[in-house]
Amino acid sequence: MASDLSIPETVSLEVTSDAWTTAQRRERWRRRLLPLAGGAALLFIWWALIAIFHVRSFIAPAPDVVATTFYAKFGMLMANLGPTALEALCGFALGNTAAIAIATVFVHRKSVEQAFFPIAVLLHSIPVVATAPILVLLLGNGLAPKVSIAAIICFFPTLVNMVRGLESVGAQSMELMHVLSATQREVFFKLRVPTSLPFLFSALRIAASTATVGAIVGEWIGSQVGIGALIIQATYNFDAALLYATVLCGSAFSVAFFQVIRLIERLVVRWDAQSVS
Amino acid sequence: MATSSVLARPVPADAGRPAVECRDLTVRFMSERRTVTALERVSVTVTEGSFLTLLGPSGCGKSTLLRVIADIVPPSSGDVRVLSKTPAEARRNREIGFVFQDATLLPWRNALDNVRLPLEVGGRHELPPGSMGPEELLALVGLAGWEKALPHELSGGMRQRVSIARALLGGPRVLLMDEPFGALDEITRDRLNEELLRIWHETGTTIIFVTHSIYEAAFLGQQVLMLAARPGRVREIVTIDLPEPRRLSMRETAGFTAQAAHLRAVLETC
Repeated sequence: MASDLSIPETVSLEVTSDAWTTAQRRERWRRRLLPLAGGAALLFIWWALIAIFHVRSFIAPAPDVVATTFYAKFGMLMANLGPTALEALCGFALGNTAAIAIATVFVHRKSVEQAFFPIAVLLHSIPVVATAPILVLLLGNGLAPKVSIAAIICFFPTLVNMVRGLESVGAQSMELMHVLSATQREVFFKLRVPTSLPFLFSALRIAASTATVGAIVGEWIGSQVGIGALIIQATYNFDAALLYATVLCGSAFSVAFFQVIRLIERLVVRWDAQSVS
Repeated sequence: MATSSVLARPVPADAGRPAVECRDLTVRFMSERRTVTALERVSVTVTEGSFLTLLGPSGCGKSTLLRVIADIVPPSSGDVRVLSKTPAEARRNREIGFVFQDATLLPWRNALDNVRLPLEVGGRHELPPGSMGPEELLALVGLAGWEKALPHELSGGMRQRVSIARALLGGPRVLLMDEPFGALDEITRDRLNEELLRIWHETGTTIIFVTHSIYEAAFLGQQVLMLAARPGRVREIVTIDLPEPRRLSMRETAGFTAQAAHLRAVLETC
């Protein structure tokens, strides 16, 4: 009895911990492979539906046809992605810079915030698709209207988040800065800006995808090149395979943009933003 | 661990002189509907190098009194002197250190950079000659080796130690502490109480310490300033008679128990 109760030697403990790490490793692989399996299953269902119902390829192409088109027209797709990417990146830079600058003014001049913030919210409620033709009329057919649409679409979420971030500084932190006789400038750069970074990045992540949407919407109205223009052309020509390949190309860019922002966020925001003490 | 030679207090050259003087201090907060009197005609003198604890029920203005001395809250009437200067002058001279209820560390800075913060703001980029540097202060509060740790990697007690080191940077002559251990568990709190006394002995700083714990007030303070609530006013100043250096075990002695009982009796009339 007593010998049964005695704790076994460490050897068996190591065996247990070995089994535990194996289980952990298996679990990790499961989590990686299952989404891939899910995706493959959906592609198969897509392919099967088109084959079973004999859907003609100008209505909806099978996945393998889309893949072949993507490969065959890769050069042309990239040539069109170039301008769209440029518009999205410029719009992203412009819209977010403006939002950060205005948020900075709002935080320092309460009356300016009270005067213009409600108007900003009101303007935000106008759908971007509706403002696109107005901007094309104002700015012509070049890059300018597309960049502006992308910028406008990025602007509001960043403005709102940045104002909230800059103002989320705790009362005690402000008292601390006061006891240390910090200047307004020091409070801004040493306290407010770092505090706002997690808020800023969550807006930038959204902006990375919406900037691409803005550029594409801009191209729908009067453009010869770009992902948006290609979407319109392919639709008019009943070239469904090209349409799908173009959409794939646009969303791949958008996802990549999002991931780059997320990577930068991980490098910059290294503290636990939840546990601000 | 501390030897008695460490605990022999360096007597400041100007011992006995007042570090903080409040005369007829009144603070009112105006809101739209009514005026709240947080402090009414409070007069108190804190001698240089002494340890005063502020004890009273919530709403008695303990924190307000500390904030007036630190120039965070302006007095409505009356006079406050910190080292014979106005609180604003003392603050600009960095003669006041403040420890908040929460550690109030900047979460993106490691422990050492948090302690260094006072050297980066307020136009004070150099330490006064002879005062302890950031690394030395971290060692003083028992955090040697934790310089690179970020606040979220530290426990609540360790974070409060960092904030004490930050408040001590530049050797302030007056250290104000606003319920600094109130959010900590009892074991951590006891340990920090004993360590705070050691730090007080080693630095010779005047300490004013707000607490709502009778035992903390009696164990730490040479004197306990008891405030009554609504409006906040001085009820009694109790001198605590305990042999130095104080040890946690003294809290079980009859002498300590009697003094704590007296504080409790006075508190019931506040």
